[in-house]
Amino acid sequence: MTAENVAPGTDSVASNDVAKPGARTPLVTMTSVNKHYGALHVLRDVNLTIGAGEVVVVIGPSGSGKSTLCRTINRLETIDTGTITLDGKPLPAEGKALANLRSEVGMVFQSFNLFAHKTILENVTLGPIKVRKLKREAAEKEAIALLERVGVATQKDKYPAQLSGGQQQRVAIARALAMKPKVILFDEPTSALDPEMVNEVLEVMTSLAKEGMTMVVVTHEMGFARKAADRVVFMADGQIVEEAEPNAFFTNPSSERARDFLSKILVH
Amino acid sequence: MNVIIDNFDLFFQGFLKTLGIGLICMVGSLILGTIIAAFRVSPVAPLRAVGTLYVNLIRNCPLTVVLFLIAFGLPTIGINQSYYFFGCSALIIYTASFVCEALRSGINAIPAGQAEAARAIGLGFTQNLRHVILPQAFRTAIPPTGSVIIAMFKNSAVLGVFGVSGDLLGNAIILTGSRGFDPVPVYLGIGFFFLMITIPAGLVLGYLERKAVILR
Ligand SMILES: Nc1ncnc2c1ncn2[C@@H]1O[C@H](COP(=O)(O)OP(=O)(O)OP(=O)(O)O)[C@@H](O)[C@H]1O
Ligand SMILES: [Mg+2]
Repeated sequence: MTAENVAPGTDSVASNDVAKPGARTPLVTMTSVNKHYGALHVLRDVNLTIGAGEVVVVIGPSGSGKSTLCRTINRLETIDTGTITLDGKPLPAEGKALANLRSEVGMVFQSFNLFAHKTILENVTLGPIKVRKLKREAAEKEAIALLERVGVATQKDKYPAQLSGGQQQRVAIARALAMKPKVILFDEPTSALDPEMVNEVLEVMTSLAKEGMTMVVVTHEMGFARKAADRVVFMADGQIVEEAEPNAFFTNPSSERARDFLSKILVH
Repeated sequence: MNVIIDNFDLFFQGFLKTLGIGLICMVGSLILGTIIAAFRVSPVAPLRAVGTLYVNLIRNCPLTVVLFLIAFGLPTIGINQSYYFFGCSALIIYTASFVCEALRSGINAIPAGQAEAARAIGLGFTQNLRHVILPQAFRTAIPPTGSVIIAMFKNSAVLGVFGVSGDLLGNAIILTGSRGFDPVPVYLGIGFFFLMITIPAGLVLGYLERKAVILR
């Protein structure tokens, strides 16, 4: 997984072999992960390594297990067998250690899930104050800087329901960033948005990617994948069917399943 | 009707005492009910079992039975207190089971994503309850909890019949019993003073309900 895999003379990921994390230090490692919902085998022997600073887009048909995969990484879903490690350490099962782990793994949901009874500013400061134990003043200062960065600082005293979907999702990104996470999981962050608001959210995500944030993004936004992703992971029926560099994946997928899927989402 | 004017003192003191009992029991049952509700949604199975058992036993028992069990049961295990203490305890224990269920309906009405988002930023179970779930559940649960509290003010009448002295019902029994007044005007007066508690309580409730609306 480390330097041995890298061809001599390459200091970064080789262009024809981006499906591997290459020289990056592995941050999240999933090994032989299996999960069932009753009789349904939702994750089938999933192996996936996400390098520090890498942006991985997960794509695949509805019900293929993309959300489940994402949610196992911060243990919102438990797994039956296999191991998941963050920074080399297995995910803790419960208690304080699990809460700490979750604070290191940000999550952005399709439906935003901002705390409905708290103002925008309070949404962003809650975690830093209660989990990172920052003083309110320091937390607010950080939060305002983050809200400025995602372009919603002027809304800080409003409640979530008073903001547009795009604004709410940008606040949700700020809330995740406020925990200073090692990796952020995005589960279809733009699918609940009106079309005219998709770009404002993708722009924030693209700039995060450029700044070196490690990201796992479940999305069908191919523009984003091409522009910002290092790797596309294609899932079907709970399995990772194909992993490739975005351009290669979209122009010339190697698996039949991926070709079939792309033909369906590309036909407009 | 002269009986009310002539004995206004007695009515008014009864009113104050009944109001006092109601307020103490309101605070007590809101606190106890919240604790039991936290038990019922806890990830710890034994706590959930305790919460479920509590609610199913207490809520399905008549208040008078709870009252007698406490008043006669506790002294046999060496807890000797006033009727006032026993009466309030029984009313709190009884009402808490209803408060718990009202709150739990409030908790269940919160979209699952709220608790999930709280877990995702690293809040533990109690932090999640305290900062995300309960503040929203309290607001959604204001109407049913309010009905429970108003019912409790009325149920407190049982305490006077049972022997707590000085409240509205206790004084009514003195007036119609040893003093021989006609029960009808006496109980019309008692009814009036109960309304003086429950109608304003309903108004406060309506106000809280309007104020606490959560936009979603
Ligand atoms: N809590 C659950 N209980 C039972 N089955 C579930 C649960 N959550 C998901 N599933 C099932 O597991 C499968 C994978 O679900 P998942 O949400 O991971 O798919 P997905 O790839 O994210 O799909 P979508 O594109 O529709 O979001 C689906 O068949 C789904 O119905
Ligand atoms: Mg999904």
